Amino acid sequence: MTTLQEVAPRERAGVRREALYFAVRNGKLMTGLGIVLALLLLGMIGPLLVDAAPNQYGPQPMSPPSGEYWLGTTTFGQDIFAQFVHGLRSTFAVGVIGGGIAAVIGMVVGFVAGYLGGIVDEVLNMLTNIILVIPTLAVLLIINAYLGIRSVAVQGLFIGLTQWPWAARAIRAQTFSLRTREFVDLARMSGSGTGRIIAREVAPNMSSYLFMTFILLFGGSVLIASSLDFIGLGPTEGVSLGLMLQNSTQWSALQLGMWWWFVPPGAAITAIVGALYVANVGLDEVFNPKLRET
Amino acid sequence: MMLRLDDVTKEFRIGAFGGKTVAAVRSVSFDVVPGEVVSLIGESGSGKSTIGRMILGLNSVTSGAITFDGRPVRGAKEYYRHVQGIFQDPFSSFNPVFKADRVFAMIKQSYYPAVPEQEWAERVRSALRDVRLNPDQVLGKYPHQLSGGQLQRLLIARALLLDIKLLVADEITSMLDASTRIDVLNLLAELKTRGLGVLYITHDLSLGNYLAERTVVLRKGGVVEMGLTDKVFGDPLHPYTRELLSAVPRLHEEWGDAAAVDTCLYHERGAAEGLLEAEPGHFVACAQLESC
Amino acid sequence: MSLRVSELRVYYRTLKGEVRALDGMSFDLADGEIIGLVGESGCGKSTLGKSLIRMDGRMHHVGGSVELDGKELPIADDRRMNDFRFKEVSLIPQYAMSALNPTRKIRKMVGELLKSRGAALDAAELERRMDQVGLPREVLDRYPIELSGGMKQRMVMVISTLLDPSLLIADEVTSALDVSTQKAVARALLGFRDSGYVKSMIFVTHDLALTHHIADTIMVMYAGKLAEKAPAHVIVKAPRHPYTKLLLDSLPEVGVRYSERRLEGIAGSPPSLLHPPAGCRFRDRCPLAGDECAEEPPAVEIAPAHHVACWKA
Repeated sequence: MTTLQEVAPRERAGVRREALYFAVRNGKLMTGLGIVLALLLLGMIGPLLVDAAPNQYGPQPMSPPSGEYWLGTTTFGQDIFAQFVHGLRSTFAVGVIGGGIAAVIGMVVGFVAGYLGGIVDEVLNMLTNIILVIPTLAVLLIINAYLGIRSVAVQGLFIGLTQWPWAARAIRAQTFSLRTREFVDLARMSGSGTGRIIAREVAPNMSSYLFMTFILLFGGSVLIASSLDFIGLGPTEGVSLGLMLQNSTQWSALQLGMWWWFVPPGAAITAIVGALYVANVGLDEVFNPKLRET
Repeated sequence: MMLRLDDVTKEFRIGAFGGKTVAAVRSVSFDVVPGEVVSLIGESGSGKSTIGRMILGLNSVTSGAITFDGRPVRGAKEYYRHVQGIFQDPFSSFNPVFKADRVFAMIKQSYYPAVPEQEWAERVRSALRDVRLNPDQVLGKYPHQLSGGQLQRLLIARALLLDIKLLVADEITSMLDASTRIDVLNLLAELKTRGLGVLYITHDLSLGNYLAERTVVLRKGGVVEMGLTDKVFGDPLHPYTRELLSAVPRLHEEWGDAAAVDTCLYHERGAAEGLLEAEPGHFVACAQLESC
Repeated sequence: MSLRVSELRVYYRTLKGEVRALDGMSFDLADGEIIGLVGESGCGKSTLGKSLIRMDGRMHHVGGSVELDGKELPIADDRRMNDFRFKEVSLIPQYAMSALNPTRKIRKMVGELLKSRGAALDAAELERRMDQVGLPREVLDRYPIELSGGMKQRMVMVISTLLDPSLLIADEVTSALDVSTQKAVARALLGFRDSGYVKSMIFVTHDLALTHHIADTIMVMYAGKLAEKAPAHVIVKAPRHPYTKLLLDSLPEVGVRYSERRLEGIAGSPPSLLHPPAGCRFRDRCPLAGDECAEEPPAVEIAPAHHVACWKA
């Protein structure tokens, strides 16, 4: 065998510690996570700081940002800062619910199809492909329009149910290559069942990959939810960043020069999704030694 | 008779809809008894690893039967208490994200949940000493911190923790260095004094010859010659065995030349008619021994 | 003198520091000579082979020089090495399978390759060389995936020697092959030297027995350094370095049985090249080691063409 092979394993030393080492030194990852965490914090703490209910009408309509109303008010005198922090909350909620559901379904389908193979794989793969080629947004439009969506949770659920296929495909492909590794055979010969092998042998080997999948699904859910909200198919109760955008357009905020109404939600959505993608690129560099800048 | 293969055939489906089949193993029959090493020798594509995996219950059998102590083989938990396997690539045999000694913990969890931790730790240490490893040097380490030879020994120790009767060793030394592989081979040879049967699968004739009491030579999924190692290697009857032997590079001899076997149609005949017992305990798949 | 390597040092950059994979190698290779380079994993043999043609990103040239046919090879300069690759120095990689572009038919690929080197394809010569290694001409109109491992390996051999390089490096070319194919490939290599397609050759392998059938001279490496270098039959019959002796003793030959003669391996494992110990690097595993071994033994010519780096030789 060669020197390279001798050197390579040594380089794998302390994979996790090494990952952490690179993680805290990776500018992209830290910046991305920093932005997301700051906004999350704002969404968690913000609502506690403002007493005004987000949709409560106020006495001072259409006022620009001031000491009293940090981000100004809407045509109806609603406090935009209150709407913004509540909106952040629901946006994160949609991301977690939608991304979480999609990740779970994607993993279950991907792991089972990839590990078992054969007929199970073919059936699951067919299902995945069918959902993959259906125009997701159009289906969501129809479902939303037909059923009506009341809450953020239901919206997240629908997004989650339609977003999993590509995750399932990617995980299936990874599982496919891992299941031929000999430690899987060894686990079988240690009396482990299929479920345990997937959970204890296969999944830990792609933890970084699964983490990235979730991040991408989270960002995707936020984006889809905002699009739905913006075209008027958002939750009828509560407030979200997308709904704020929709209202601002509906009441001609742009034409009236009320920039404080649509800039904050628009910027926040862009920041969350953008930061997540940047963080994802950073994660890629952390886990993939080939991309590391040395 | 501990392990017995009777007319075992394995076909794999290939093609887009599994419409075509290829036979990886054709009508193979042999047995392994306690306290002996049988080597299964073949080049790539000979079906030797498939046979190993079928014995281990990791691949199904298309036709024929594999029996262990008279019962058909299934990949069940109880079966693995007595039959274990070790594979070629030590680094791929260990899950890289966990510590190497996790293979012992898995055995305990499945087979000996009632054994107290203290006693189990002592059993592990004694098994490690049996394979000439210093427990303090190998416990608590990640696979990449150990050498290939150490990892393969860990797997032998793992098998010893069970009530093992048969060990299938598939090319377990082919990724090891020359200076360490012989020690792993010696360990396999020692196993037979414990009454174990060992099926040693290899492409390396000299290693098979060093270790095994009996030898089975495979070609393209079928047995071409089998019998006592002395007979098979000392007096090879089949042209393929002869060619293999002559192709092995030796330190103190020049490369010999044996007639190529491409023109010999023995295989198709042999498979249909079964093996010929050339002398007691020496079987060969050649329809026309003299003219070959 | 075709190739002269003096005091060559090539290290790998890793996270933990520098791995001294090649730590001061010197040897000469004559015209028409085949050197078999033998050693265990991590001894630096592949690093040496690679250093002579292309260093990968993690390798860097620390010291020493390489001279080929009187010209110094700019081994650290990837750009300037391009003028030498293929024409002066050529490599047959271990995994010929991955060296061939899977989307091109072989004939087209050979043509493109030669064009990129500014040479025209001499079809007659190509076919003559294919005949010599026993490859049918139809191979040229097939895709790499349609060839067997041995055929690919031979095809790569023919391609990489088309421009008659002075030095050919064969890196573990036979280790992925079956015994019978291995023999054909090894003989084809010998044929290339005899026909003058390549002047000299370095045959890198871990298989001592196989090297013995091909090489004129065998060079045994241990932990980044030369242990012993001598004519092939001398290494096999009268080795002087304890490492070579123990290595030979651990090889089971056809005819050696466990029940009759129990072979022993070499206890211990090679030292880490990250922080190699001072003195003789084989000292910890050596049964003969004494006090003088704390000092590094120089490679001494103890008999004509027989170099050994051991105080006890």
